[in-house]
Amino acid sequence: MLKVDNLQTYYGNIQALKGISFEINEGEIITVIGANGAGKTTTLMSISGIVPPRSGQIIFRDESLMGIEPDSIVSKGIIQVPEGRRIFPYLTVQENLDMGAFLRKDPEGIREDFEYIYSMFPILAERKNQQGGTLSGGEQQMLAISRAIMARPKLLLLDEPSLGLAPIIVQKIFEIIGKFNKESGTTILLVEQNANMALKVADRGYVMETGTIAMADTCENLMKSDEVRRAYLGI
Amino acid sequence: MDLTYFFELLLGGLTRGSIYALLALGYTMVYGIIQLINFAHGEIYMIGAFTALIVIGVLTFTGMNGIAIILIAIVVAMVFSTGYGFTMEKLAYKPLRRAPRLSALISAIGMSMFLQNYVLLAQTPDFLPFPNLLPKIARLEQAESLMNSSQFTILVTTAGVMIILTFLIKFTKIGKAMRATSQDKTMAMLSGININKVISFTFVVGSATAALGGVLISSHTGQINYYIGFIAGIKAFVAAVLGGIGSIPGAVLGSLVLGWTESFGTGYISSDYEDVFAFIFLIAILIFKPSGILGKTSAGDKV
Repeated sequence: MLKVDNLQTYYGNIQALKGISFEINEGEIITVIGANGAGKTTTLMSISGIVPPRSGQIIFRDESLMGIEPDSIVSKGIIQVPEGRRIFPYLTVQENLDMGAFLRKDPEGIREDFEYIYSMFPILAERKNQQGGTLSGGEQQMLAISRAIMARPKLLLLDEPSLGLAPIIVQKIFEIIGKFNKESGTTILLVEQNANMALKVADRGYVMETGTIAMADTCENLMKSDEVRRAYLGI
Repeated sequence: MDLTYFFELLLGGLTRGSIYALLALGYTMVYGIIQLINFAHGEIYMIGAFTALIVIGVLTFTGMNGIAIILIAIVVAMVFSTGYGFTMEKLAYKPLRRAPRLSALISAIGMSMFLQNYVLLAQTPDFLPFPNLLPKIARLEQAESLMNSSQFTILVTTAGVMIILTFLIKFTKIGKAMRATSQDKTMAMLSGININKVISFTFVVGSATAALGGVLISSHTGQINYYIGFIAGIKAFVAAVLGGIGSIPGAVLGSLVLGWTESFGTGYISSDYEDVFAFIFLIAILIFKPSGILGKTSAGDKV
């Protein structure tokens, strides 16, 4: 579904991605784990077109994404939930969800998705007219994921959904991710520092280290690998 | 205390404030979206007035009804100024979007000087008389009336523009996109918003209201030259900062407060110190509330 080939991205003169390649198949959950500064967020921002890569190739369903504006990438169905959630603080919960459906033109489907989300997260329905910035961290993460669901993603990019959340909320967020993948068949690319949780929910994983991909395997094998256990699972 | 005089000053200040508000809106909306003080905004207002004067000059020969002429002049002025505003953003600001803010600010000052001198050369350095074709309302034309017809027209038009703008920003799709863009540009892009279109739209709306203001005020004051945009622009900018730059209700409130300060200051103390009152008030407000009357202290909802 998505094929990334020898991708190189720079911030000014600093090279953040040193030629990474990976592939995602339809319906999979893929995780990318790694330490701070490994290039995980840059990878997602490159795919979304926010930080345009300098060289390499990104192919989504036989179409190249290189040099395409972020809004066109969204219109192809690649939706990102960025790091830190980035809820619009002064838009209401409802308006935040509206922004997720910004490019959609099927009022009927949008209404259905609203119902789906409000039934899945009753707390969001309760706070519908409250400003996004007043929600708690966990609620904001639910809203951020819901906002992405409102776009009916074909490929969902999640950047550290566990960041700054209590363990019990993290557990819940990961359950939702797994459930959404099973129910809708949406392909998910999950970037995480919480390797333990990420490897449990995903099918395959990549380990990133300073702008390169150090390991690639199924999650089962990665969890057994000594290196991953020592460096990322703390065992 | 003479109550009639007080009400005259009150209404005079209200009109003055509405004038500033039409211009201040453009400053505040652009600032809300791209954090730029568009110093060339006053020039758009001036170009609107000049365009209208030319249109009025041509149409007068056709013997049309005065109100029809002013309406056509307003529409043409708005379309023209919109073109200038749109082009200005593309030429002078868009290439600098990733540059430090100061660069864009200097570009704005340059644009302002360029447009002033362009009109100076293309038109004239002298003051030109501007005919007042705004509708005359018989009841307001009597000697004892507290305000005249053009003041009334300016007030009503400004109120109408505010209502339309508020509706646009609160309830329409592009309005929501504007608010989202002002709060978080990256997230707006990730939601599929084309922020270039949103920015262009903001300049278009700001330029259109500035041109409308230019025509109304020139009709009221009766004369224009290439420099009117600078003075009006500075005042409107002060009003926008006073109210809290980036906030639309703030721009309106700041404009009214400024209008009243000037009106009462000149009315009760001395007309020589008109600008002094305005700036004393600005400094006082900024000392006690640096973000302006309705301004938010941190980055937030700016439109």
